Amino acid sequence: MLLSVESLKVSYGGIRALHGIDFEVDEGEIVCIIGANGAGKSTTLKALSRLVPVEDGAKMTYRGEDLLKYPPEKVVSELGITHVPEGRRLFGNLTVKENLRLAAFAQKDPKKIEQDMEFVFSLFPRLAERRNQKAETLSGGEQQMCAVGRALMSGRKMMLLDEPSMGLAPLLMKTMFEKLKEINREGTTILLVEQNARMALQFSKRGYLLQNGEIIMHGKSEDLIANPEVKKTYLGG
Amino acid sequence: MSLNAFLQNLANALQWGSFYALIALGYSMVYGILMLFNFAHGDIFMVGAYIGLFVSTSLVTLSATGILPMAGWLILVLTIFISMFLTSFVGMAVERVAYRPLRAAPRASAAITGLMVGIILETGNLALLGAQRRKFPEIIAQSTFHIGQVVVTNTKILIIILSILLMIALHQFIRRTRWGMAMRAMAYDFVVVPLMGVSINRIAAMTFAIGSALAAAAGIFFGIAYPVLEPYMGLLIGWKAFVAAILGGRGSIVGAALAGFLLGFIEIFVAAIFPSTLRDLIAYSIILIILTIRPHGFFGEAYSARLRL
Repeated sequence: MLLSVESLKVSYGGIRALHGIDFEVDEGEIVCIIGANGAGKSTTLKALSRLVPVEDGAKMTYRGEDLLKYPPEKVVSELGITHVPEGRRLFGNLTVKENLRLAAFAQKDPKKIEQDMEFVFSLFPRLAERRNQKAETLSGGEQQMCAVGRALMSGRKMMLLDEPSMGLAPLLMKTMFEKLKEINREGTTILLVEQNARMALQFSKRGYLLQNGEIIMHGKSEDLIANPEVKKTYLGG
Repeated sequence: MSLNAFLQNLANALQWGSFYALIALGYSMVYGILMLFNFAHGDIFMVGAYIGLFVSTSLVTLSATGILPMAGWLILVLTIFISMFLTSFVGMAVERVAYRPLRAAPRASAAITGLMVGIILETGNLALLGAQRRKFPEIIAQSTFHIGQVVVTNTKILIIILSILLMIALHQFIRRTRWGMAMRAMAYDFVVVPLMGVSINRIAAMTFAIGSALAAAAGIFFGIAYPVLEPYMGLLIGWKAFVAAILGGRGSIVGAALAGFLLGFIEIFVAAIFPSTLRDLIAYSIILIILTIRPHGFFGEAYSARLRL
């Protein structure tokens, strides 16, 4: 198992957002966590990135390493787990190229940085065109490309994706998911959280259904998509 | 005012502006990345001046006793570099001890902590070295240039040029290096900075280090221009530099540098026209008026969480 999480609990100011969830991700997989707004999807990813403190008793291991021993920047730089945050959160005052370069902050080998940047630009030619533009001038789709590109610059092992479909037109969304498939084929394991359950289940191999901070169902994505309850609540009937 | 008098005052204004600008940069950088006013910064300027005093005195003595003869300019360069280096650790220590534990606390608490650190630095100096004033050594022999009827000392020219060079170096550092990039990113959105594999604590420490090093340079330059040091020398000049940082626009480093010089100009020219006892009264009334018209300073953004660096 590449990543395994056991009894993960997270509270914000006394209010519990995650009530002890368990899940696993295998090497090379695409796994999704679906659920409504406020179910705890983003919190799950933030806990993995160590951006939010977790309660005692939680176990999170990645390649046998205890994630809780790593500060957030080392989850990225040493373990190679990258996180594309909700709403992209690009550094709007930096150019596209600077955003990408910054994400390779811990990378010492300039050749590797060059190669990774070439890979990002070949994946998203649009970014290459806009490389010297400030990130705040990009369109929503371009911003999402840049956010994914940034994650690719930090590492290619595992990517946590928070709502990549948010704010994208259907066609752009489809293109984005195709690109993510391509990234996965190149060897990056993907854990995705999405409100757009249909898109996420079509894209992934396995899925978890999160409701009010608890995982209430999990299984193969094709089974979940066919499940009447999931259909009714999350796929619009 | 005759042209000669104008030029004479201009030279003085540039020198004073250099002090304000170098100190204001430290306020602005720290605010830019941590949204925190480091009210101990004026006292870090004072500590920098004292470190400069000890470094230069040691070097001058070494040179004069013939153990290690050095030219005056070399002593000056070494004094600046060594003192900036040492003072950067003072800044990092202040960040580590006083601000990092309070990063999640209300900003007012952190501001008050800063004031207390300032008092500790002042009174610590007093306890360590006593209340007597210290004389900053003459590192390079003063000479004067006559340009027409304008008289300028070599040290004044040196101070202005070195200050501007330091500001250009800082600007290049922030624009071109990955550390500078990280500082700008942190000013924009510090929450996601760790997701880039960048340690927030290291960037914060570095920002304090750079700000303090620049304050040390200002301290040495001040010591060269006005060679008497005392533990409270950082108070008024620190507050005025803080005013410059606000006037420039919180978090804007170009703004802080320009406003520092502007402050120098206003003070010197007010003093040239009015009795010097009215200098600060009039000068800061002018600044108050500017701030009521432009409350966010020259380069600040209105009510924005986006900071400029």
